[in-house]
Amino acid sequence: MARKKRKVSIEKLKVKDKKKNVNKSLGGDIAIFVFLCLLGSFMLFPLYYSLVQSIKPVEELFVFPPKLYVLNPTTKNFSDLVNIASNMWVPLSRYIFNSVFITIVVCTCNIFVSCCAAFSLAKCKFPGVGFLNKLIVTALLFSSQATWIMTFLVLSKLGLIDTYGALILPNIATPLGLFLMRQSMSTIHDSMIEAAKMDGAGLFRICWQIVVPNSKPAIMTLIIFAFQGAWNMQGGVLIYSEELKTLPTIVQQISMTGLSRQGAVYAAAVVLLIPPLVVFLLAQSQVMETMANSGIKD
Amino acid sequence: MAKNNAGGQQVPMNKAGKWAYTWHMVKVNKAAYGLLAPFMILFTIFLIVPIIMSLPIGFTNFNMVQFPKFVGLSNFKTLFLNDEVFLIAIRNTLIFAVFTGPFSYILSFILAWLINEMHPVLKTFFTFVFYAPSMTTSVYVIWQLILSGDANGYINSVMMDIGIFTQPVQFLTDTKYILGVCIVVQLWISMGAGFLALRAGFQNIDPSMYEAGAIEGIKNRWQELFMITIPSMGPQLLFAAVLQISSSFTVGAVGQALVGLPSSDYAAHTIMNHATDYGYIRFEMGYSAAICFVLFAAMLLANKGINSLLAKYLD
Repeated sequence: MARKKRKVSIEKLKVKDKKKNVNKSLGGDIAIFVFLCLLGSFMLFPLYYSLVQSIKPVEELFVFPPKLYVLNPTTKNFSDLVNIASNMWVPLSRYIFNSVFITIVVCTCNIFVSCCAAFSLAKCKFPGVGFLNKLIVTALLFSSQATWIMTFLVLSKLGLIDTYGALILPNIATPLGLFLMRQSMSTIHDSMIEAAKMDGAGLFRICWQIVVPNSKPAIMTLIIFAFQGAWNMQGGVLIYSEELKTLPTIVQQISMTGLSRQGAVYAAAVVLLIPPLVVFLLAQSQVMETMANSGIKD
Repeated sequence: MAKNNAGGQQVPMNKAGKWAYTWHMVKVNKAAYGLLAPFMILFTIFLIVPIIMSLPIGFTNFNMVQFPKFVGLSNFKTLFLNDEVFLIAIRNTLIFAVFTGPFSYILSFILAWLINEMHPVLKTFFTFVFYAPSMTTSVYVIWQLILSGDANGYINSVMMDIGIFTQPVQFLTDTKYILGVCIVVQLWISMGAGFLALRAGFQNIDPSMYEAGAIEGIKNRWQELFMITIPSMGPQLLFAAVLQISSSFTVGAVGQALVGLPSSDYAAHTIMNHATDYGYIRFEMGYSAAICFVLFAAMLLANKGINSLLAKYLD
């Protein structure tokens, strides 16, 4: 607790110092603000547009030219989405369940596995640790997208195609998560670990009772990245059973039906959109704290 | 450094040879390996094995059903000498890479810098605004509707209403526009983890550096940027660069969702799309593996290049 308080007061001091900074002009500030607003509206436009479209009644959806606001907001598109989906072979709730289930399992396993490994890499010295640390940094390059096709081969050899395993297992051990976790754990003082060792705690206990509780921001960050990945995951060629498909897959499928269901597509997109945004908003400051340690130093 | 060791005790070095000593340390640190094991097993199976496997499979003819047949260098020869579509894919990937690589990298750096100059509340707001699209990768369905080639596509309808277009433009099927459209959407989702790292890097710089700089005679934001900020952000710059390489070399998913695979006349066909085409659609895994291997090699090379480029900022 005391450590945290000290940190806060230091941050306050920093803010004060910043204000004293002389190399800033009001004109420059305003120019930057206007520029950021312009670019920002480009970034937000598609998100805003889908939100507005999703609550428009049919008569307003096809007004020419489209309006950027809504006169009579309605939730009909959302109920349409549920109706369309319940008339499908597999009910919508099943797709939602699949997405939620996969997201929860991926996040939980990812955190457990990454915490253990990161602690070992950051705080233990054993033969090979240097090599493994280098390997992780190089592995940052190989996002799952690049290796996806070859991973398909592995999954099919393991007989995992068309199971939850195909969506879950390859996404648990992510180099990015491990790297961020390791960076954050290596800032924890060795004296704490030494003290715990004196008291006879094993490595696993040190990891989970001392190091992990002190790495909360990094864990939040990991949750956010894992959540985004898992929530947006499409089965693609890995899944062909209808009842195992995820929500994004189904949004794509509904959107291919074109104009007749445009309202429902927007509604589905909004359903997909909201959870990651909310999770990120809640944890932004912790994410920034973690990312501050993200630099690669060789 | 010795204090760093949470796992085992120190043993004197002189007693046994180097190997015996290493073996002893392995045994002492059993617990550390145990903690590492779950991650490393999954990591090896689903990331390392696929990467390493791409080379030997690239030398074979493999259709997933029969046992792979060794064909020597023929896949690689076809790839570079006889496959016109691959050459288009290389060209497109390079165009993509310029925009989603260096361009987007510099853009996210500039944005991170500008956002950092703002009031703390605005900082939080703008960080969220610019990061939001990259969180919603499955939502580029929306772009399909915005760019749609009939009068209901948002851009077409607005342009026709103002009178700039006389008829709808086929953004998603006309070969003149496909690549440009994909690049714009790719840029839209490209402010990801690298951008956050840069934002945090700016925030992390000791403010007293700037004060010292002001005393030393630094007069404006530009001088601050080049003399203080960039030199003290080396590690963050490298991290963001690595992520950027990885995403810019593997572009393809956005195009695939937006303009289909293959796109009209292969106008937005990238190396990744090419590999997907042969791997998932034609099931010529050997050929697909060869494409992937070329891609991995190119990424490693780019990584080496970036490392030496940024070496002077890393201590």
